[in-house]
Amino acid sequence: MSAALFIAQRATAAILAFAVAGHLATIVYAVRGGLTAAEVLARTRHNGWFLAFYALFVIAAAIHAPIGLRNVVREWSSWRGRSLDYALAAFCALLVVMGLAAALALYAA
Amino acid sequence: MLKVEVWRGTRQGRFQSFDVPRREHQTILDVVTEIQREQDATLAYRFACRVGMCGSCAMTVNGRPRWTCRTRVAEVVGRDNRLRLEPLPNFTVVKDLAVEMTGFFDKWRDAKGYFEPGGHAGEGFAVVSPTTPQRQAADAGIECIGCGICYAACDVVAWEPDYLGPAALNRAWTLVNDVRDAGNAERMAAVAAASGCQACHVHMNCTEFCPKGLAPTYAIAGLKRETIARALGRRN
Amino acid sequence: MMRASHQQPGYLAALLHRLSGLALAIFLPLHFLALATVLRGADALDTFLAVTRHPAVKLAELALVTALALHMALGLRVLAVEFLPWRERTMAAVSLCLGAACAVGLVFLLNSP
Repeated sequence: MSAALFIAQRATAAILAFAVAGHLATIVYAVRGGLTAAEVLARTRHNGWFLAFYALFVIAAAIHAPIGLRNVVREWSSWRGRSLDYALAAFCALLVVMGLAAALALYAA
Repeated sequence: MLKVEVWRGTRQGRFQSFDVPRREHQTILDVVTEIQREQDATLAYRFACRVGMCGSCAMTVNGRPRWTCRTRVAEVVGRDNRLRLEPLPNFTVVKDLAVEMTGFFDKWRDAKGYFEPGGHAGEGFAVVSPTTPQRQAADAGIECIGCGICYAACDVVAWEPDYLGPAALNRAWTLVNDVRDAGNAERMAAVAAASGCQACHVHMNCTEFCPKGLAPTYAIAGLKRETIARALGRRN
Repeated sequence: MMRASHQQPGYLAALLHRLSGLALAIFLPLHFLALATVLRGADALDTFLAVTRHPAVKLAELALVTALALHMALGLRVLAVEFLPWRERTMAAVSLCLGAACAVGLVFLLNSP
């Protein structure tokens, strides 16, 4: 792994530590008494803070996960090299697009 | 009577069984030597100092990499009296219990694990205070004798063939902390490359198994921090 | 016989960290997909949420929440070893991470209907 990937992995890990802590706290709070769409949307609809938080969360996760997967695939299978890097870059892009789309959908609903 | 299963062959091979009398204060090295001298002269194994200073006798004893000269039979063999001896993993096997160390030392060289005097050598004595954090960091790792046990125990060495490995990186860190050394720019480039210090996933087998009580994990962590500091432009 | 290097707590920590990471990486796109059902209206999201009341799904949710907490706890341990002047006692540190993750899972379980 190059130094840039290593730094990106550790830096996004630090960001995710805060984001995940917040996310877990939200989950535990939100599921009390059951979860409904109305409850979710009441928190997310037109909430700029929600959007900013989850946009950052999505981007950090979209960087962190593929770098981690790169290590796992390289070490536990015989796939390595350019094709793997391209596949993981595509996975990163997929996560960014899907994640931001979901966050925006909940913001604009 | 000890029931000893000894690996014979290269990575393809088989176990051969021997019976060796169990004696007081016996070391594993005593057992292997007795087999080779009195039962099967074709058995290949290594030792030299037999007192825990050279690291030549390292092999896998009942699943764990150890120095045979410093391992008492009583430590590792239970009431079943079974002993299993294999060559160190992560090395090419030359024959039986002897492994090829060339690759291990090649990585040592590739990690720039050697002192670089620079242009000012011989101009006088360098004053190196033993109490500075840098010197203490170096001192924590300089006792390594290159026995290869950490390298044998490392999962990343097994999974990533180009990984420089804990011993080479530990040595590199001692030199990064040596104020006399002039080669740290090249050394950091060598250990921050792909298959360098970033490949370590903190399993900590190296630290767990080092017979000298060294902690390559923390040396590698130091290299990681140094890599980041240099990438962020905090070093010249 | 499992080789001794695989019987150490550090190896267990690394294995769990890796497996939980794999599970989360697979789950993440599905999670985004599920949330995006709200694009078809709040009712569409409610329909999906109704599916999640099934006990098998509840179990999977518990596993995922625990996996997330576990991956974070073990990741924080790695960051501590790498960046803090901390000499860990590995068995204690790994046990702490596992305990904290199970505690989070339990809190989730106790709060979900």
